[in-house]
Parts: sequence; C-alpha cells; structure tokens
Amino acid sequence: MTATHEDDVHVSVDELQLASELSGGEARATSADVAEYALWLADDALILSQQLGAWISRAPELEEDVALGNIALDLLGHARSLLRYAGSWDGRNEDDLAYFRDEPEFRSAWIMEQPNGDFAQTIARQLIASTYMFELYTALRSSTDETLAAIAEKSLKEVDYHRDHAVQWVLRLAGGTELSREKIIRALDDVWPYADELFRDDPLIDRLGDAAARPSSLRAGFDAVIDTVFGQAQLDVPAVAASRGGGRHGSHATPMGHLLAEMQVLARRHPGATW
Amino acid sequence: MSTQTLNTATRARAIAARVADPEIPVLTIEDLGVLREVRADADGRVTVDITPTYSGCPAMDAIRDDIILALTADGFGEVDVRLVLSPAWSTDWMSEDGKRKLAEYGIAPPTGRASHGPIKVKLAVKCPRCGSLDTRETSRFGSTSCKALYECRACLEPFDHFKVI
Repeated sequence: MTATHEDDVHVSVDELQLASELSGGEARATSADVAEYALWLADDALILSQQLGAWISRAPELEEDVALGNIALDLLGHARSLLRYAGSWDGRNEDDLAYFRDEPEFRSAWIMEQPNGDFAQTIARQLIASTYMFELYTALRSSTDETLAAIAEKSLKEVDYHRDHAVQWVLRLAGGTELSREKIIRALDDVWPYADELFRDDPLIDRLGDAAARPSSLRAGFDAVIDTVFGQAQLDVPAVAASRGGGRHGSHATPMGHLLAEMQVLARRHPGATW
Repeated sequence: MSTQTLNTATRARAIAARVADPEIPVLTIEDLGVLREVRADADGRVTVDITPTYSGCPAMDAIRDDIILALTADGFGEVDVRLVLSPAWSTDWMSEDGKRKLAEYGIAPPTGRASHGPIKVKLAVKCPRCGSLDTRETSRFGSTSCKALYECRACLEPFDHFKVI
C-alpha cells in the first residue's frame, strides 16, 4: 500500500528522533573556569542527592521517606542543569560527567560525602548544606554569568524548602526527648568540622570575579541563620576544629569511593544503556 | 515575524497548549504556566519554550515528547523543544481555570501569591472535598515535588495541596 498523507499522523515515540534528555539551558560555558566552578556546585548537589536517595524506605516515618526523596530529586535537578552547563565547555554530557569521572575528578566538598549515619546526622548535614546553598544561590542570582544566575534563581526557591525542613527537624530533635537532643548535639559535633570548607576562597574564585559567589562572603549570612536556629533550639555552636577538606581539588575521604561505586556501577557495567 | 510565520506559530501554540501534564492530566501545560513561548521561522520550523515547575521534575521529558508528538501529528515537520529556566516558574502563572480544574480533581490549588520578601504570609488551604478552611499541613513534601500533604479537620480526609512557590 502506498503511504498517504494520512499515514503520517500515526507516529509513536520510538519512530521519532528525540533529542537528548532535557536538563535546562542551551548555553555554552564561556570559559574553562566557569565550567570548573559549575562542577563545584554540580558535584555538591549530585553527591548530596545520591546520599539522600538512600533514605527512601528507611526514614523514621513515611512522610520523611517522601520528604528526603523529594529533596534528593530537587538536588538532582540542580546537578543536571549544572553538569550540563559544565560539560558544554568541552563537549561532555551530564552522564559522562556523573558516571564516567573517577573520584579525583569530583569537586564536591567533604560535607556532602559524610555518611548518612542516623537520622540526626542526616539532619545535621542537611542543616549545614541547605543553609549554605540558600546563601549561595541568593548571591549567585546576581552572577554576571546568565546561565548560572538562571539556575540559581530556580534552585533558590527549592532550597528554601530544604532549609526549612532541616530547621524544623533540628528544633524538633533538640526540643524533643533527652535522647533526641543528645543525638542531634552529637550529630552537629560530627559534621561541624566540614562546614568550613564551603566558605573557603580559591584562586579559581578570584579569576571568576562577579561570575561566582565568593565563598567567604556567604559565611555571615550562614552564621546569622544558624545563630537564630541554635538560639531557638538552645544549642551551642560546636567547638570543634575545622576539617582539612580538599574536595574542590579532587581529594576525598574514604566514603566517597563507596558512594561513587554504587552510583556509577550500572552505567559503567552497561555503557550506553537506557531505561 | 511575517504574517505567515505568525500564523504558523499561533496554530502551533494552540496545539502545544492542549498537551496535558502527565502527573495531573486535568491540567494542560498552558494552565500550569509551563508553556512559555512558541515561535516559527520561515521554513516552518517550530520552537517551543517550556519551563520546569521544579528542577528535578521528571515529567518534563514526557511533556517534551508529547509536544513533539502532538505537533508532528498535526503536520509540523521540525519541532524543537527548549527548556528555559529563567524567569523561574511560579504558581502565580497558573490560570484561574487551571486552579478551578485542580480543585475539582481533588487537589487544593495554590492559595494567594508567591512571596517575594522575607515575610511569608501563609493563607489557609481549603479542603477540596468539603470546603472547610480548618485544615493542617501534615508534610511539606508530597507525592510529587509540587505538592504538599494536608488533612482536613472537618471531614478528616487527607488531600494534596499544590504548593505556592
């Protein structure tokens, strides 16, 4: 039978050449430095997302499975937009960057790779991470780099919810039972050393100028929020020494290898597989 | 744009506007404010701009495919769907018609407008089943990124609320 025009209307998705998955923006990073900076932010979001996803089905209550799963999904969205932008510089896509880089090529800060631990430890990590990200994206909205500014504007609305979630839980645990209070205090002591790395400047930041949000400039806003929360929860800022860190230059702690192995195994075992 | 490309764009927009959200099928992408712009060039190539509700929203890939399918089925040859992040999506863009359809579907629509300052005014959320304003949030995170879980103190039913952002 000769194909008629009417036949053309019956198309299924399989028959169409669909573009690669959507993940925001078509713009190309303007320099290797901008791409490197986008990787810093992308890897923070990606590693934290991977960690939070592990809570699904294991959180203390069903609402928390859903909440942590949702937060992980938002972070994955941020990571995808940022990875895509970072990869636009040298022609790599988001999957190349997420699945086929080795540990020393990841730029995430050490706090993101700290183990989930118990629920209090995850909440303590969330408090630091989401308060930092809130300050970061607030500042980055005025970046001279249009793509970074757009991603920041989008992400900020979501991180606002993440921060509120962490704050509510810190208040609840600190004001709950003797045991819950003891656990959140111990958890904050454990993760506090890793907060500092987030606010360290770097020659990369100097080179980027107003395209980046200078890490040290975010500290005051972060401290103000933490002071308010701790004041209300009657907690003290942990008196612990800052960790060495080194994630921005590819040096990572032991948990990172295990985390990446789990995240990357499927894509590496079956390159090119889609599902 | 010439009159012809303008007509092409208008026709393409009308088709794209009918694409439904895969998670909340009573709403179209136009009701949601996800459809931002439809353009056409002299060769008939159509470009559709959409914006995600939430960064990680998995529905965006399905929406993109559905737009391409709908336009291709109507005879459009080359269709390009672009994801734009700025300006960031807000529930303020949801149409009044969309809010009404959402409530009829059993999801409490966003109440009031997104706040743009430090002071967040939280309005009561009306139960989509019995209409009572005596409701409470049980979880800020629900079955999809855009919804929160509520329960009604009057009829005791749990329900979804489309969060204001």
